[in-house]
Amino acid sequence: NWLTTNMSRYDRALTVFSPDGHLFQAEYASEAVRKGSTAVGVRGTDVVVLAVERKSTAKLQESRTVRKICVLDEHVAIAFAGLNADARVLTNKARVECQSFRLTFEDAVSVDYITRHIAKVQQRYTQSGGVRSFGVSNLVAGFDSDGTPRLYTTEPSGAFSAWKANAIGRGEKTCREFLEKHYTEPPSGDDAVMLSIRTLLEVVESGSKNVEVAVMYPNAPIRYLT
Amino acid sequence: WNLQIKFLHGTTTLGFIYEGGVIIAVDSRASMGQYMSSASVKKIIEINPYLLGTMAGGAADCTFWERVLGMECRLYELRNKERISVAAASKLLCNMVYGYKNMGLSMGTMIAGWDKTGPNLFYVDNDGMRMRHQMFSCGSGSTYAYGVLDSGYRFDMTNEEAYELGRRAIFHATHRDAFSGGVARVYHIQPGGWVPIHPGTDVTELYYQYMYPSRAEGVEEVVMAE
Repeated sequence: NWLTTNMSRYDRALTVFSPDGHLFQAEYASEAVRKGSTAVGVRGTDVVVLAVERKSTAKLQESRTVRKICVLDEHVAIAFAGLNADARVLTNKARVECQSFRLTFEDAVSVDYITRHIAKVQQRYTQSGGVRSFGVSNLVAGFDSDGTPRLYTTEPSGAFSAWKANAIGRGEKTCREFLEKHYTEPPSGDDAVMLSIRTLLEVVESGSKNVEVAVMYPNAPIRYLT
Repeated sequence: WNLQIKFLHGTTTLGFIYEGGVIIAVDSRASMGQYMSSASVKKIIEINPYLLGTMAGGAADCTFWERVLGMECRLYELRNKERISVAAASKLLCNMVYGYKNMGLSMGTMIAGWDKTGPNLFYVDNDGMRMRHQMFSCGSGSTYAYGVLDSGYRFDMTNEEAYELGRRAIFHATHRDAFSGGVARVYHIQPGGWVPIHPGTDVTELYYQYMYPSRAEGVEEVVMAE
C-alpha cells in the first residue's frame, strides 16, 4: 500500500557501543570538530574573551555574514568549532531555552544552566533513534547574576566542563599548550584580550582579517573588536 | 444530586510584607455546606523550610499541588545548587494548575518566602491568576480581614505589632464570617526561613481581648457584670 509510511525504518539507534566501550559516532563527530576553525576562550577576573579564527572567505562572499561568535542572551555568548549548520541549530535551541527560562523562572539563566542544557541536547542525540550527533564543540562564556565570569566547553558526546581558558577546533592542542604555559593567574581586562589573541596567533596567520574577538564585561553589551 | 464537597471556600487566610519579613495568618475551620467538619485544619502548607503556601478552596487541590510544588522546588535546588526564588516557585505552581484550567480545580493560595530579592508574597489561583503584592487575604472571611489589615498596617511595624495585626485580623474575620473559625495560626518568614509564632490560638479565647479591650479583668468578672 503506497500510503503507508516507512517511518519505523529510520528509528533505530545510530550511535551504539563498540565492543571496547567506545561510541564511534560521537568520536567521529569530535573528528569533525577537529577540522573546524579554532576558537579560544579566556576567563579573567572581571572579563571573558572569545577569539575565533575567521577562515578566509571567497572574494565575492560578504565576510560579515559569517558570525562565529553568537549572543545567547545579554549576558551569555557562545563560540563553536565544527559543522557550521549544526552549530546554528544548537545555538538557536539555546537562545529559545534562555527566553523560556526567563518566562518560567522570571530570571536570567546562569552560564552553568544553559551549558547544561546544550550538553543535554548534544547527549540526547547520541541516544536517540534516527539522528546523529551534532558535529560541534562549544565555548559558552558569560556572567552569572552576581557578576562572576564563567567559561564552559561542551563536546559532541554531551560532556561539559568549566575552564579558566580553553581552545577548540583545528589548533586546540597547540593553543591549549600555549595557554597552559602563559595563563598563570586570572588576567584582568586587556591582559585577557591580549592572551586570547596571542594564543590564537599561534595557529593562525597574523592579520586582523583572520581573527574575530569578542569581549564581555558584566552588565555591559558584548563588544566585538575589529 | 449535585453534592458540592468543596471544603474551605469558607476560610480566612492572609499574608502581608513588612520591614521584618512576611506574616502569614490563617484560620482553621473546614465546612461542608452548613456542617462544620473540622476546627483544626492546617491551612498553612510548609512547602520547604523557607517557602510557605496557604490553603483556600479545595483542601485536596491545595495540599496536592503544593506538595508537587515542593518536589519541583527541591529538584531545582539540586540541579542549580541554589534555592528557588519565590517568583519562580509561584510561577511553577501557576503553570501547573493552568494546565487544568476549567477542569474544576479550586485553589486560592498565597506563596510566600524570603529569597535573594528579599521577602516576597504572591497570590496564585486555579484560574491561572498570579499576582505579586504587599498584602493579600483569601477566602470568605477575607473582606473582614482586609478591613483590619488596612487600618492597622504600617511597613515599619515591629515584629510584635505584625504578629498582633495578623492575629487580630483573623479573629475579626472569624467573628463575623460564619465559615471561618477554630484557631488562628500565625507564621513569620524571616531571612533564614519561616517560624511558627502562634501555632494555634483559639479565637474564642481572643474574644474578650479584642471585643472588650478596656476591661483588663478576668472573664468571670465580665460575665457577672453583664
